[in-house]
Amino acid sequence: MIVLSTDRLSISFGALRAVDRVSLEVEEGLVFSIIGPNGAGKTTLFNVISGLYVADEGRVLIAGEDVTALPPDKLARRGLSRTFQNLQIFFRMTALENVMVGCHRHEATGLIADLLHLPAVLQQNRRSRERAMAALARVGLASMADQPAGGMSYGALKRLEIARALASEPRLLLLDEPAAGCNAVETEEIKAIIRALAADGVTVVLVEHDMRLVMNVSDCIHVLADGHTLAEGAAAEVRNNPAVIEAYLGVHGTREAALAVG
Amino acid sequence: MQDETLTPAARPIRSRLASLRRHPLALPAALTVLVAVTPLFLASSYHYRIAALVLIFALACLGLNLLMGYAGQISLGHAGFMGIGAYAVAIGPAHLGLPSWLSLLAGAALSALVAFIVGRPILRLKRHYLAVATLGFGLLIAIVLTNEAEFTGGPDGMAVERMQLFGWTAKGTVTWYWISAITFLLGAKLALNLIDSPTGRALRAIHDGEVAASVLGVDVARKKLAAFVLAAVYASVAGSYLALFNGHITPDVAGFLRSIELVAMVVLGGMGSILGSLVGTAVLVVLPQTLTVLHDYEHMVLGLIIICIMIFLREGIVPTLAAALGARRS
Ligand SMILES: Nc1ncnc2c1ncn2[C@@H]1O[C@H](COP(=O)(O)OP(=O)(O)OP(=O)(O)O)[C@@H](O)[C@H]1O
Ligand SMILES: [Mg+2]
Repeated sequence: MIVLSTDRLSISFGALRAVDRVSLEVEEGLVFSIIGPNGAGKTTLFNVISGLYVADEGRVLIAGEDVTALPPDKLARRGLSRTFQNLQIFFRMTALENVMVGCHRHEATGLIADLLHLPAVLQQNRRSRERAMAALARVGLASMADQPAGGMSYGALKRLEIARALASEPRLLLLDEPAAGCNAVETEEIKAIIRALAADGVTVVLVEHDMRLVMNVSDCIHVLADGHTLAEGAAAEVRNNPAVIEAYLGVHGTREAALAVG
Repeated sequence: MQDETLTPAARPIRSRLASLRRHPLALPAALTVLVAVTPLFLASSYHYRIAALVLIFALACLGLNLLMGYAGQISLGHAGFMGIGAYAVAIGPAHLGLPSWLSLLAGAALSALVAFIVGRPILRLKRHYLAVATLGFGLLIAIVLTNEAEFTGGPDGMAVERMQLFGWTAKGTVTWYWISAITFLLGAKLALNLIDSPTGRALRAIHDGEVAASVLGVDVARKKLAAFVLAAVYASVAGSYLALFNGHITPDVAGFLRSIELVAMVVLGGMGSILGSLVGTAVLVVLPQTLTVLHDYEHMVLGLIIICIMIFLREGIVPTLAAALGARRS
């Protein structure tokens, strides 16, 4: 089944066409990567898909349903979750509380019940706490549950964001550069998490500059440059595509290109 | 103090104390003891009067703190809702023949409705823009209360009938101390419940990152509105109490200065601290009374004290002291 598809999706910022008629189809349970040089429009594409930006043209479909103009919270309720390239952490909350917010879409108590702490709320709190602890354990942060997020290291925060997204139990997860700024060990952990997710049937869309990671985990790779699609295919195809190599060498990503080719 | 420096016997006591402090009923229990013990130190009707005023304003600050300290949204017009509550218990019995308690509830419902209608467009604004818009709202209420003289008595205000319940009349400073104390405790418990609930976590998430909250499924506009409505109800009840307690009310209750005072109480005591709402209010109600002995220098000294508190306890009194004591924020 196609979980996510975009149909000639476009958005402009003034004269800059940051995403230019991008069409893609993501199969359920696969790891689908989107790569491209800096400024190619990867994050912008995520922002449009997750409802933060409204597309100028084109459509976004989740499981065949048109969700193009839906706000982010409605999309979340349909099982879409994401992480951010530049961290978006709730710094005044503990690690566990951050992840508990991830459970929000499953929490169904009303304002009055919350004020009165009715039994349903206490039960909900317990359930969310358990779910959040499980998500923290999954990214190896269980021991930091009660730490204020404001005091955690960058690598830990990266994984905290993943745990928070996992707590929402998404069917479709968008990861924007999860390994950026992580050391080799942390990158390995992230790789293992992505693999495990895919094995559980979660569809992962990955934006990442670490080509070793991308080539390793992806079932399909979609290449963007200057907002438009350059190529799509399995790792080996994309790696040897002359247009892709040129796009990387032509712009900034010399290091990535070397990795991609090598 | 490092744990290593403690004798072995002292360590379990310390950790037991720490876990006691973290118990969900620790703060409600402490607040209950506090308001129960305070009368031992109140020597006169005047003292009771000040204490009751502290509790009434602290009630309004509880709501405002949910909005500012937890959801991160400012309101510079919050006294407007105190005004609605105050005039509800003045106008209800005088012009509509309603009993005071029913007028109080009607005032709270009206405040909630007004907050719901006004909040929708206003809460889309951010920071300074939200501040100015709420300020405008507060001014509007104050002007309406001043201008509708045939109902409100205009700038001179109007008398407020005493509240009667089952033939019993609520009057006297001691009675009002206990009424406000019990209501404050109730308000504090509800606020604490909310914080430790899905809605409370969503509000705190909005404070730190609206974008992240929204992609996790939080309906940001709706949650902000809920906090605004709730804060309005707290303020409205506080306004009703103030009117019933004083027996007389003027449009000043809804004035700009009152709104600023409420914000100052919340910030001074500590944003996002329930105990802070009480402490900040106590400081700003009690200090001016004690400083009157300084005559001409009263306001100058008060201003200096406020500045010093904000410089040296920049997170507000309670959170800063709590952090210094190594306690969790409460
Ligand atoms: N909100 C915005 N307003 C104006 N321009 C924007 C905005 N967001 C992105 N852009 C521009 O759109 C282009 C695509 O940016 P985007 O962040 O999507 O790139 P990216 O592929 O994620 O790059 P990177 O690999 O560096 O993260 C860039 O030229 C960027 O400057
Ligand atoms: Mg990006």
